[in-house]
Amino acid sequence: MREVAVIGVSMIKFGRYPDRDFAQLAAQAGVEALKDGSVEMKQIEALYSGNLYQTSGSGQRILQQMGQTGIPVVNVANACATGSTAFREAYYAIASGAYDIVMAVGSEQMGKQGLLGSRGDPATSLEGRVGSYMMPAVFGFAGMEHSRAYGTSQEQFALASVKNHFHSTMNPLAQYQKESPLDEVLNSRMISSPNTLLMCCPTGDGAAAAILTSMDKARQFTTQPIKVAASVLTSDPYTPRGQTLPDINTLTRNAAKIAYETAGIGPEDLDQVELHDCFATAELLHYENLGLCGEGEAGAHVASGAPWLGNTIPTKYQEDVAPYQDKTYQPKSKAVVNASGGLLSKGHPLGATGVANIAEIVFHLRGQAGGRQVEGSKVGLAHVIGLCSACTINVLQK
Amino acid sequence: MAEAAQAAPEIRPLVPHLTLGETRDQDYLNGSKCTKCGAVYVGPRLFCAECSSQGPFESLRLSDQGEVYVWSIIHQATPYVKAPYIAAVVDLPEGVAVNTNIEGVEPDPKNLSFGMKVKMYTEKVSEDKEGNSYIAYKFKPVE
Repeated sequence: MREVAVIGVSMIKFGRYPDRDFAQLAAQAGVEALKDGSVEMKQIEALYSGNLYQTSGSGQRILQQMGQTGIPVVNVANACATGSTAFREAYYAIASGAYDIVMAVGSEQMGKQGLLGSRGDPATSLEGRVGSYMMPAVFGFAGMEHSRAYGTSQEQFALASVKNHFHSTMNPLAQYQKESPLDEVLNSRMISSPNTLLMCCPTGDGAAAAILTSMDKARQFTTQPIKVAASVLTSDPYTPRGQTLPDINTLTRNAAKIAYETAGIGPEDLDQVELHDCFATAELLHYENLGLCGEGEAGAHVASGAPWLGNTIPTKYQEDVAPYQDKTYQPKSKAVVNASGGLLSKGHPLGATGVANIAEIVFHLRGQAGGRQVEGSKVGLAHVIGLCSACTINVLQK
Repeated sequence: MAEAAQAAPEIRPLVPHLTLGETRDQDYLNGSKCTKCGAVYVGPRLFCAECSSQGPFESLRLSDQGEVYVWSIIHQATPYVKAPYIAAVVDLPEGVAVNTNIEGVEPDPKNLSFGMKVKMYTEKVSEDKEGNSYIAYKFKPVE
């Protein structure tokens, strides 16, 4: 297997684009990634297109916008891990030697359609009659499972929103760039306990792209190739309760173990992580799943300041955080988590998310992340989970 | 050709893991057990996700009493459902869990606790355009 490098990335600002279609958004991201990598469309040998709502042909429609060169197109759908699965397919295309230069693009146009719309005949729908299967309920349950095991409070989960919303104010590409102190997060409308509105990611439109080549060839294009040190995909292993309550933890732990072994690093070596904070509860669970802290320590971890930009809690939030701090707590990893603002603020256009996380890490490793730059970042991890259930972890190194 | 005879409306379970009896107090949750590896499933199965065998599967009548594993109070519900309501995962003694609504208490966290004992009951929850009725199971706290 060859060493693989990312030489070009892009992400369009996530938000609402009612006047454009998904293919135009994706082509915009694609064209910008080509420019970023000093690559021409005719040099791209294959396209891996992640999109969840287009049932087929998303990649071909993107090429109809930005260049119908006749190359092979693979369309990928893998729940919220759609974009990152497309990236992984691109990674293996290079690693195997099948192609020398390929593009991965992730896109989605969700519009204002929420995740609550009923599908099919309401008379035979289970939703709300035999429990709830929607993502807010699933991630409410997942948080409650952590509360049950460790006594984690709603306030501790909410601190993830305070942090990520703060980070987003420095990310011009984020869908929302608004701060929210703890009381505002807690007092926003309840969606599915313990997650309030400000503890849920928004829906929206967006696209992101990445260009991959072999490390040998990368230097022809850039002086700053980014190494893909691991690209891992797992699905959920059988557990008896998993039939009913999607287990978002085990497959993330399995993916993390493989990723760390492959990259030859541990959580202590990470400078930053972009993890799948679709809900505030999820962020805390993944601190433990990724080994950033010990079992049951996620609440102490977010309050310790370790995952905040600069590993420091800003003065204005110190009062919010103080009641939840454990002075004796020692984090296993000082990786800054979701410097982008995370899904909670950056937005979560499903198919775009996995590629956008990778673009974000690349911006930091190159020192191009502006006000949210993780100083001196050399190693970053991008994590995505989709139900039911796919998990990707990509480790990127300078 | 004569018009097809109008089919009489039926009473149907909303989920395949609910078996209906003659009366609602005879309804029960069904499961299946892999005779190769012992894995237990909610509802019928053709293949085993644990041991990859084709069973055979033994049909089980699941208990009508269980314990609340986790819950979430759903305030933002799908349009035809009245909110807030309590959605929960209930563990059954057979080693499986089911999704359910918890009824009989106000949807307030103070009325709920981990491991709370609950009992299953069934009721009609909807009717389709042909007049068929759908029966769902729910759980309520054990008095």
